[in-house]
Amino acid sequence: MMGRLPIAKMLAATIALTVAISAVMVSINWDGQEASTAAPKIDDLLNVMIVLSSFVFSLVMVMLFYALYAFRAKPGDESDGEPIHGNTRLEVAWTVIPTIIVLFGAGYSWSVLNDIEEPAKNPLTVDVFSQQYAWSFGYPGKDNAYNEGELHVPVDRQVQFKMHALDVIHSFWVPEWRIKKDNVPGITTTAIVTPDKVGAYQLICTELCGFGHAAMRAKVVVEPPARFREWVAGLGEKIPDPYLRTIEQDTETNPVPVGAGGA
Amino acid sequence: MIAAIKQPGWIRGALGALLGAAFGFALVVALRKASGLPAYQTEQTGYPQVVVPLVTGPLGFLLGFGCFDYWLRWAVGMPTIPEDHSQHGARSWKDYFHFNTDHKVIGIQYICTTFFFFFVGGLMAMLIRAELAQPGTQIVDAATFNSLFSTHAVLMIFVFVIPVFAGIANYVLPLMIGAPDMAFPRLNALSFWMLPLAGLLFIGSFLAPGGAFDAGWTGYAPLSTGAPLGQSFFNLGVQFAGASSIATALNFLVTIITMRAPGMTFWRMPLLVWANLSTSLLVVAATPFIAGAQFMVLFDRALHTNFFQFAGGGDVISYQHIFWFYSHPAVYIMMLPGFGIISEVISTHARKPIFGYRLMALALIGIVVLSYSVWAHHMFVAGMFSWLRVPMMITTLLIAVPTGIKIFSWLGTLYFGKIHTYSTAMLFALAFIVTFTIGGISGVMLGMVPIDIHVSDTYFIVAHIHFVLFGGSVFTIFAGIYHWFPKMTGRMYDERLGRVHFWGTLFGTWVTFIPMHWVGMDGMPRRVADYATQFGDWNLLISCGAFVLGACQLVFLYNMVVSWRFGPRAEANPWRAKTIEWQVSSPPPIFNFDEIPRVVGGPYEFGVPGARHAIMAGEGAEAPAPEPATVGSP
Repeated sequence: MMGRLPIAKMLAATIALTVAISAVMVSINWDGQEASTAAPKIDDLLNVMIVLSSFVFSLVMVMLFYALYAFRAKPGDESDGEPIHGNTRLEVAWTVIPTIIVLFGAGYSWSVLNDIEEPAKNPLTVDVFSQQYAWSFGYPGKDNAYNEGELHVPVDRQVQFKMHALDVIHSFWVPEWRIKKDNVPGITTTAIVTPDKVGAYQLICTELCGFGHAAMRAKVVVEPPARFREWVAGLGEKIPDPYLRTIEQDTETNPVPVGAGGA
Repeated sequence: MIAAIKQPGWIRGALGALLGAAFGFALVVALRKASGLPAYQTEQTGYPQVVVPLVTGPLGFLLGFGCFDYWLRWAVGMPTIPEDHSQHGARSWKDYFHFNTDHKVIGIQYICTTFFFFFVGGLMAMLIRAELAQPGTQIVDAATFNSLFSTHAVLMIFVFVIPVFAGIANYVLPLMIGAPDMAFPRLNALSFWMLPLAGLLFIGSFLAPGGAFDAGWTGYAPLSTGAPLGQSFFNLGVQFAGASSIATALNFLVTIITMRAPGMTFWRMPLLVWANLSTSLLVVAATPFIAGAQFMVLFDRALHTNFFQFAGGGDVISYQHIFWFYSHPAVYIMMLPGFGIISEVISTHARKPIFGYRLMALALIGIVVLSYSVWAHHMFVAGMFSWLRVPMMITTLLIAVPTGIKIFSWLGTLYFGKIHTYSTAMLFALAFIVTFTIGGISGVMLGMVPIDIHVSDTYFIVAHIHFVLFGGSVFTIFAGIYHWFPKMTGRMYDERLGRVHFWGTLFGTWVTFIPMHWVGMDGMPRRVADYATQFGDWNLLISCGAFVLGACQLVFLYNMVVSWRFGPRAEANPWRAKTIEWQVSSPPPIFNFDEIPRVVGGPYEFGVPGARHAIMAGEGAEAPAPEPATVGSP
């Protein structure tokens, strides 16, 4: 049955289409500017997936359009097709090969995930407080300095954000960092980022939180360490007491996992 | 007048609704008075004097309308009305507006009702896209916008996609397996009549003080537990839609297991039957979870329980676990019946047996099993246990394998066939393969935790969900409607208008939903009424695509209505298909078959000399001796 198909030509068409689609798609910077150490790793993963997906898509398109070209019924042809019920080898192939592809994707993703969430030795800890519809930030290592509406972090140093929601769920996203994490009432959630480009960015709330959701933004400034130290030292405010109590009461996850409090 | 009140029907139904609502209202007021509380409570999450009537009113309607008459008479020992079949079959269009136990009438009631909600939900989509055509707010304010997209999603999911499949299967499935009706015809009618109530509750929430529910279709706590009264309409609407869905699924399961015609073994069932068997397995086990989740939210709101209130010791994240434990399987509840439809359409119009029939059926079962183990992929950034992400990623990616098997098997079915593309149903089926492949690919990307961290809750998600639900499910729905339109109405639809609808819909789908991927990856979050000006041009294009898409659906509506009334008469089997529903007249007789058919072979034996799927009444003698079923690999 397979012998009657131009397999080599179909394969060549699939590969040509894959190369064409990948060449266009990979050359476009879909995710925008990269401004953290995680960003290029995530974008590389995306590009690998684009190439694999282009192959799968091209294969389906070539198979579909070849069938439509070769096996279209002539006008007035009322006869039936050939009574082929299946082909065990083919069926095994299109079960096993996709399994291998997705397991490869899973393994690769897992390694990228471990890589981008690897804690560094000396991170800067920043507390994030979110509420309808504003962000504020505390620096527990900097004498509890506190600022509303604008986040500053030093460049090239890992930052661990400890996030606290004060009313409903919000979500912390800086697209250029490729990092997103929900802020959940009652829980401290953590996001790890190492910004590596000086500049100004935007922090966007990505979890629906009410009528002001679309406008819930904050300015993010990544600056050289010296200027950051200067900026933090110049902050007049301290983390307010109710916020400090929130930090104390929040658990890492909720409910507390078995054994977490033990020896 | 008195006679009209005694008779089950609209007058008694309206009276029942009024009495039910009044009873609920009086109960709340009396209990509050008795407890020394003020009669009314107007806390925005409370309003028990409204919430309780929202339960008792619809129940009163169902009682008055006659949904429980037979059972109640039987339960209290009254003489039951002998079955005179007056509630069976449709003799005029008016019969579609009454309690009717004929699966064919119920199927059409389902389809028409759900398409009504499709157009209402579609209108909301048009408003959403009009607002988003430009940055800034022009047409609706942010709060109304939140209500609009929430209601749009809820109508489309709970009272369109899920039940329209129940409607198509209701009509077709008993015919396909050679059964005279569903196993529980009265339960079937009750299931249907709960559905418009759910839809009306969803739409009615616009009348509530504070506006319609606006926490998204996901209704995440604690946004939903603190939201205005409209949210309670959602909590209760889901109960009616869910109960309807569960009862129908039970009905399908029992029908498929016990009422197949003699000779129809499981391996001779058409794939649409397999698909609905799989879907029903998902519905009966998963739907109770969303019912539970919404009751817990309602109790948190109205009774001040603390299921999801962290201040009272509740757990915010657990809402998401319970919700997605239903709502991920729900994705497959919205897709598997469509897979069944595509198998029927492609096999018939390619004049070929389904390639790898058994693997196709097993892939459905594989999806059912796997779909219970992937729910937390919606929560990769939610702050749940971080260790749960990798196992859920692996199961999520593995579910692409059975889905891929289905795509490749449909393609295999086309090879060495005689492909006819004159039918709009076949066009939608072929286009479905393309659009669903794209939706599947973006799904695999979303399953990868690092990519998901970036694009979660952005327009990439909106693009993906619409590619699988519109480009996927809705394309299969259109394929199914066009395919069985001649059977259901006894008329042919206009293929020319069908092609206009098809090409317009395909074009609209791509222009609307492809650029959404791009703006999402580039930084546009979902569920926002306003966005950064840099996304303005793309959004204008998306909105234009959406308007084309919307306009094309009017062509569909016109074609359906006019063809149903004036279309040329349809033959019994215009597509020359093999399955049993095509061997009876169009539309089928009231009781489907004079004599139950005998099944003697597989459902797709195209091109097999002398093969038969079923022997109908009166042709047993001259029918040739059937070959044994030759399903499976040669």
